[in-house]
Amino acid sequence: MISVRGLAHRYGDAEALRLPQWTVAQGERWAVLGASGSGKTTLLHVIAGLVRPTEGEVEVSGEKLRKLDDARLDRWRGATVGIVLQALHLVRHLSVRDNLRLAQYLAHLPQDDLRIQDTLAALGVAGKAARRPPELSQGERQRVAIARAVVNRPKLLLADEPTANLDDAAAALAVDLLTEQAARHGATLVVATHDVRVKAKFRERLELA
Amino acid sequence: MNLASLSASYLRARPLHTALSLILLSLGVATIVLLLLVVGQLEERMQRDARGIDLVVGAKGSPMQLILSGIYHLDAPTGNVPLAAAQSLGKERFVKKAMPLALGDSWKGYRIVGAGHDYPNHYGATLAAGRLWEKPMEVVLGAEVAQRTGAGVDAKFAGAHGISGEGDEHREAPYTVVGILKETGSVLDRLVLTGIESVWHVHEPHQGSRVAGDQKDKAAEPDREVTVVLLQYASPLAAATLPRQINSRSELQAASPAVETARLFRIVGVGAEALRAFAIVLMVAAGLSVFIALYTALEERRYDLAVMRTLGASPRRLFGLLLLEGLVLALLGALIGLALGHLFAALLGVWLQGHQQHAVTGLAWRPEEPWLAAAALGVGAVAALLPAWRAYRTDVSGTLAQG
Repeated sequence: MISVRGLAHRYGDAEALRLPQWTVAQGERWAVLGASGSGKTTLLHVIAGLVRPTEGEVEVSGEKLRKLDDARLDRWRGATVGIVLQALHLVRHLSVRDNLRLAQYLAHLPQDDLRIQDTLAALGVAGKAARRPPELSQGERQRVAIARAVVNRPKLLLADEPTANLDDAAAALAVDLLTEQAARHGATLVVATHDVRVKAKFRERLELA
Repeated sequence: MNLASLSASYLRARPLHTALSLILLSLGVATIVLLLLVVGQLEERMQRDARGIDLVVGAKGSPMQLILSGIYHLDAPTGNVPLAAAQSLGKERFVKKAMPLALGDSWKGYRIVGAGHDYPNHYGATLAAGRLWEKPMEVVLGAEVAQRTGAGVDAKFAGAHGISGEGDEHREAPYTVVGILKETGSVLDRLVLTGIESVWHVHEPHQGSRVAGDQKDKAAEPDREVTVVLLQYASPLAAATLPRQINSRSELQAASPAVETARLFRIVGVGAEALRAFAIVLMVAAGLSVFIALYTALEERRYDLAVMRTLGASPRRLFGLLLLEGLVLALLGALIGLALGHLFAALLGVWLQGHQQHAVTGLAWRPEEPWLAAAALGVGAVAALLPAWRAYRTDVSGTLAQG
C-alpha cells in the first residue's frame, strides 16, 4: 500500500523528515509516533501528495507520486486519500451535508446524497445533516470530519493528532471510530500522534526521531 | 454543489461585505445607465424632430434660440420676418421644401403654430379624428395636447398671447378644434396646429394699427409676417452657399439644426461628463470594495482553501472559486444596476411628465448596456485577480501544520 525509500524533506536548510525505509500493507493500521517537530505531519502530507519531498521515492496505492503531475496528483488525492485534520476544519457556513458534498465534488465524484446519509448514519450523526458545524458539539464535529474523510471510500485514511484536546473517553472513541471506518471501507489507516493513549491501541508503530 | 454555488455560499456567509460591494457597483452602473438613457433619448428625440430640416431661417438673434423656438418649440422666437422674404426662400435654387411657421400664441401652455399642411405631413402625421384645418381659426391638436386638455373635435378655446400661457387671452377670436392627430413621437404631439392666416387674424388689430402708424399707404393690406421658415435642401451644395447668402441679408438669420444641437449637447455634455466621471469613481470604489472583501476574507478562509486542496481541489479550482466570487458579485451588481438605472429613468420620466415633457422612458434599451455589463464584469474579475492568485498559491502543508 505504502512504500517509502530514502525519504527526506527539508524546509530550506532545516531537515523536517528523514525516513530511509517504510512499508505498509493494504488494510494495516499504523500509528506514526514522535515528539512535535519530528516530522509526523510532514510524513502524512508527503504520503497524501500534499508535499513533494526533497528526496526519496514514495509509492502509495500503486502510484509513484513523483511521476504524477500536479493536476493528476490532486485528482489522485481526492479519489484515494481521506484526511482527518487535528483542527477538523469543517467549512463553517456549509451544512454537514454540504461539507460532504464538497468532498465528493472536489474529488470529481458524483454527488450522492444516499451515500452521504449512509456515511453520516454509520458515524451516528445522520440527524445533523442539515446543521452547520458551529451548531454541533465537539464530538459531533469530529464524527462529521471523519465522515467527510471516508465519504469517498478512500483506500488510505490519514489522521493528524485526532485526539489532541480530547478527554480520555472522547480520545478512545475517536480512535475507535477511525479504526471502525477504516475497516468498513477496507482502508489503510495511518494516525500521526504523540498521544500515549492512542499509541496503546496500535500494534504497528513507526517512531520518528 | 458546484463552483458557482460554493462561491455564492461564501458571498452569503459575509452579507455585509457582499452588500457593500453590490451597492457600490449597482449605483455606479445605474448612474451610467441613467445617463445613457436620458442623453440618448434626448438626442434621439431632437434628431427625430429635426429630421429633414436642414436650415431654419428667422429674425436676427441667437442661432440656438432660433433652432429651439423654430424646431423644438422650447424657447421664445427671435422675432418675425416679412412674408415676402420667406416666400422668396422657397424659390431659391437649392431649396426643396420651405415651410413657413407663424408663432406667438399658446393655449394652456401648448404652442399654437400657424403652418401649412406640409408641416404635419413632414412628420408623417395622420389624423386620429376629424380633418385638417381649412379656414382661419380652425385648429388641429397634437395627440398629447388633446389627451391632456381633454378637448375634442368642435371644442372652442381662446389662445393666450405669448408662449407661457399667462398672457392676455384673445377672447374676441376663439379657435375651433376640427381635428386631432395620432401620436407621432415628435414635437407635433405637443402643438396646436392652425393655418398661418389664423395667427394673422388673431393679431390683426395690433398689427393693423402699428402698420397704419408707420406706413399709411399700405394700411389696407398690412405687412404679412411669419416667425420662421424651415428649409430642406434639394442638394448638399446648398449647405455651402445658402446660409451665407441668407445671413448676408440684414433682416434674416439662418441657423443649422445640426450645428446648433451639436453645440447644445456640448454644453449639456459637461454635466453629463461630470456625472459619468462620478459613476466611474463609484465603479472603481466598487472594484476596490470587491477586492478588499475577497482579500481580507482570505485570511479567515485559508484553512478552508487548504482543506479543499486535501479533498482533491487543484490550485486552479481555488483560483476559479475566488475569481467566480468576484464575477458573481459583478454580475449581480450589473443586473441590479441595470434594473435600477431603468427604474430611475422611468421615475424621471414620470416626474418630467408633470412638466409636460415626456422625453424619458425607462422601457427602452441602449445598445451600450451590454458593454456596461461587460465592464462591470471586468471590474469584478480584475478585483478578484489578486485574491484568486493568493488562493492559487495556498501553501496547504504549511497552513495545515499551523493548526
